[in-house]
Amino acid sequence: MRIRLEPRKAQSPAALYGAPVAAIALTMLTGMVLFTLMGFRGGTAVFEIFIEPLLEPERWPDIAVKASPLVMIATGLAIGFRANVWNIGAEGQYIVGAIAGTGVALATYGVDGWWVLPLMLLASIIGGAAWAAIPAILRIRLKVSEILTSLMLTYVALQLLYYLVRGPWRDPEGYNFPQTRMFDEAQTMPNLLEGTQLHAGVLLTLIAVLIAWFVMSRTLSGYQVRVVGLAPMAARLGGFSEKRTVMMTMLVSGALAGLAGLIECSATFGQLTPQFPVNYGFTAIIVAFLGRLHPIGVLVGGVALATSYIGADIAQTASALPQAATGLIQAMMLFFLLGVDILVVNRVRLRPSLAQHAP
Amino acid sequence: MAETTTRLELSGITKRFGEVLANDGVSLVARKGEIKALIGENGAGKSTLVKIIYGVQQADAGEMRFEGAHVVVTSPRAARKLGIGMVFQHFSLFEPMTVLENIAIGMDQALDRRKLEREVTAILAAYALPLDIHRHVDTLSVGERQRIEIVRCLLQKPKLLIMDEPTSVLTPQEADQLFDTLRKLASEGCTVLYISHKLNEIKALCASATILRGGRVVGECDPRIETPRRIAEMMIGAELAHVERARGRTPGGARLVVERLSVSTDEPFGTKLEAISFEARAGEILGIAGVAGNGQKELMLALSGETAAPARAVRLDGAAIGSLPPPARRKRGLCALPEERNDHAAVATFSLAENTLLTARERKALSAKGVIKTGAMRDYARRVIDAFKVATTGADAPARSLSGGNLQKFVVGREILQEPQVLVVDQPTWGVDAGAAAAIRQALVDLAGRGSAVILVSQDLDELLSLCDRLYVMNDGRLSRPLTVGEASIEEIGLLMGGVHGQTDKAHARGDHAH
Repeated sequence: MRIRLEPRKAQSPAALYGAPVAAIALTMLTGMVLFTLMGFRGGTAVFEIFIEPLLEPERWPDIAVKASPLVMIATGLAIGFRANVWNIGAEGQYIVGAIAGTGVALATYGVDGWWVLPLMLLASIIGGAAWAAIPAILRIRLKVSEILTSLMLTYVALQLLYYLVRGPWRDPEGYNFPQTRMFDEAQTMPNLLEGTQLHAGVLLTLIAVLIAWFVMSRTLSGYQVRVVGLAPMAARLGGFSEKRTVMMTMLVSGALAGLAGLIECSATFGQLTPQFPVNYGFTAIIVAFLGRLHPIGVLVGGVALATSYIGADIAQTASALPQAATGLIQAMMLFFLLGVDILVVNRVRLRPSLAQHAP
Repeated sequence: MAETTTRLELSGITKRFGEVLANDGVSLVARKGEIKALIGENGAGKSTLVKIIYGVQQADAGEMRFEGAHVVVTSPRAARKLGIGMVFQHFSLFEPMTVLENIAIGMDQALDRRKLEREVTAILAAYALPLDIHRHVDTLSVGERQRIEIVRCLLQKPKLLIMDEPTSVLTPQEADQLFDTLRKLASEGCTVLYISHKLNEIKALCASATILRGGRVVGECDPRIETPRRIAEMMIGAELAHVERARGRTPGGARLVVERLSVSTDEPFGTKLEAISFEARAGEILGIAGVAGNGQKELMLALSGETAAPARAVRLDGAAIGSLPPPARRKRGLCALPEERNDHAAVATFSLAENTLLTARERKALSAKGVIKTGAMRDYARRVIDAFKVATTGADAPARSLSGGNLQKFVVGREILQEPQVLVVDQPTWGVDAGAAAAIRQALVDLAGRGSAVILVSQDLDELLSLCDRLYVMNDGRLSRPLTVGEASIEEIGLLMGGVHGQTDKAHARGDHAH
């Protein structure tokens, strides 16, 4: 008996959209078993991680704030992934975006004006895009895989951040802590809801999602991205340049990652610190796939992942779950999603390996 | 008595793919030493049926008897063990390796190299197959490559040999040679199951034929007695529409002029175009004949704009357009339709409506300022579907849900309804059923009748001779002198297709085996 995977003739849309749901269900189930075996109350812990944050309205702003950078980055990544452009280095673009925006903040320190924050946002967009342009140019000119270069540039960006906060940009009144000055009022993302963390960055994320949805489904540019990803030969016939598509999608995903970086830096930390990058750039890859590379799906996927972040915090205090549980849950989600996806595209066939002569 | 002469007997073979019944209770009998034709439109279920016989797919119901015994063939390997061989339309060969190395790789049991070489040489001699076993495959013609596949089968001493549309890529001379081999095999008692679209060759080769339509057997006949027209009508189940060709068309001035077009290729086994010159006149259908892989694909890409050339090498109504990208060429009136339907002429997963956007957006204003006009896109798709009688559930049906013939009608229609000044099409009726092929041919004739220039690249000589006013033969990246249809003989065209270069190669290969 051999086990074989055979491509399905037709994929059902229900299976396509059901896959992420199934992956989350499997993650919950496995989590339950795993946490129980580790000596925790598995059922309660999983409930705390996935369900409880959604039941408590006072947690919703936290979920939104947590989901915001994930969704913004994943929206950009999903566009690239559609075109088979594999930007794995959003984390680096996120950092460089924050650095560029902080540069403007430090240069305008003490200046009061409505234009300061928009200028910071613009700088972060340019910074993130520029960092993403490096792997794009390397792929277009030298056929170097953007997967490797974008990933490696993440570590360069981290070192750049460490250098800046320890060297030229260190807060002169900061007792030698490796961090910049606190941003002042004009440099901070405005708060949307008194008494919560909800900030204007969440709105920017929603706007980005809507624009991405419109561009991908209603414009020639979005059509171009999809054709290049699905059928490169057809793209050539249509007159869509693959190189231009690589550049365009890398710039967009870099720009959104950079913007998310500055928003996080300004709204949550109020300064540039080495603690601010927490792998949102990598987690966003999971969000993009959970969301089926569709902007609206990404929004849902981002909320799901943010919920698990918030929920894991609850479980840490309530059920004494270790912090590593967050990473475990996220890894399982991607693992199960990829696994379920294989079964959506293929079916498993058991077949005997030799000819049989019937009696 | 029947027991002793029957080799293969199928009864009630049924195979379902989703909602489509590919085979519906198919029964047929093939005797020893018989060349049996299996004919039918595309999608009639021929390929599915032979794949079931060869063990590539399993039937949902029905019975297969081979040499009188009930068998269940679960894999091609099991089929070969029984003595069933198959030559597919697309070869599985490694181009950088030699003929012998390719044969050795394909063997079920590893064989000593020297012993294998002896056996292969013996088979080549026995069937008078010219083939140099030490040549690298990438230097071989398609006919020679096919011989490798045939030798692979013959090494297994098959009792049943299945040939899936074997002549679609051969020159007339190569096809004749293949027929000799098959007749010899049959005279030795091997059964040949022969799938083809070409009714004339079935008439020449086969003594009996099973005709499939919509997955069912609709008739058995002796093709030597029936007229090709009658067989074709049984196949499509309707009276065959005649292509109305306006005889005595007087072509107007030159619309597309190609002058000393040379294009190098970056594909490892691509063909370099060398100083191609021709002109296509208003109101004419100009044919480009030739065996696949002689530069037709490269010529198509250079004409469509997918590869750039010097500006003056391609001129449309006097304007130098050789360096323009495809959208700019379409805007000026040059539309091009490549051979491959799936993911070149159309995106398989996109809807038909979305597929109009690929090449019709410029001339049909399907977008404005970068925003897609969804309504206009759907309307245009519907117009194409109606005008070309495309069988589909509608403009939102994904392209891959259509049969090959219907998708081809759609993409041809998408170009023709744009009323281009010049239309270049590559193999528009390849792998398309007779009904769709007739509709497509008629549409091309009508377009030329309205004053456009049509350039038809095809390997089907019958098609070229029945549609074209003039034709060129392409060989090794070069064009022959122009031939006027009606004056050139099939033999002459066949020789040009083989090229002088191909002839010396064959003589060389024959000399090698004459020891």
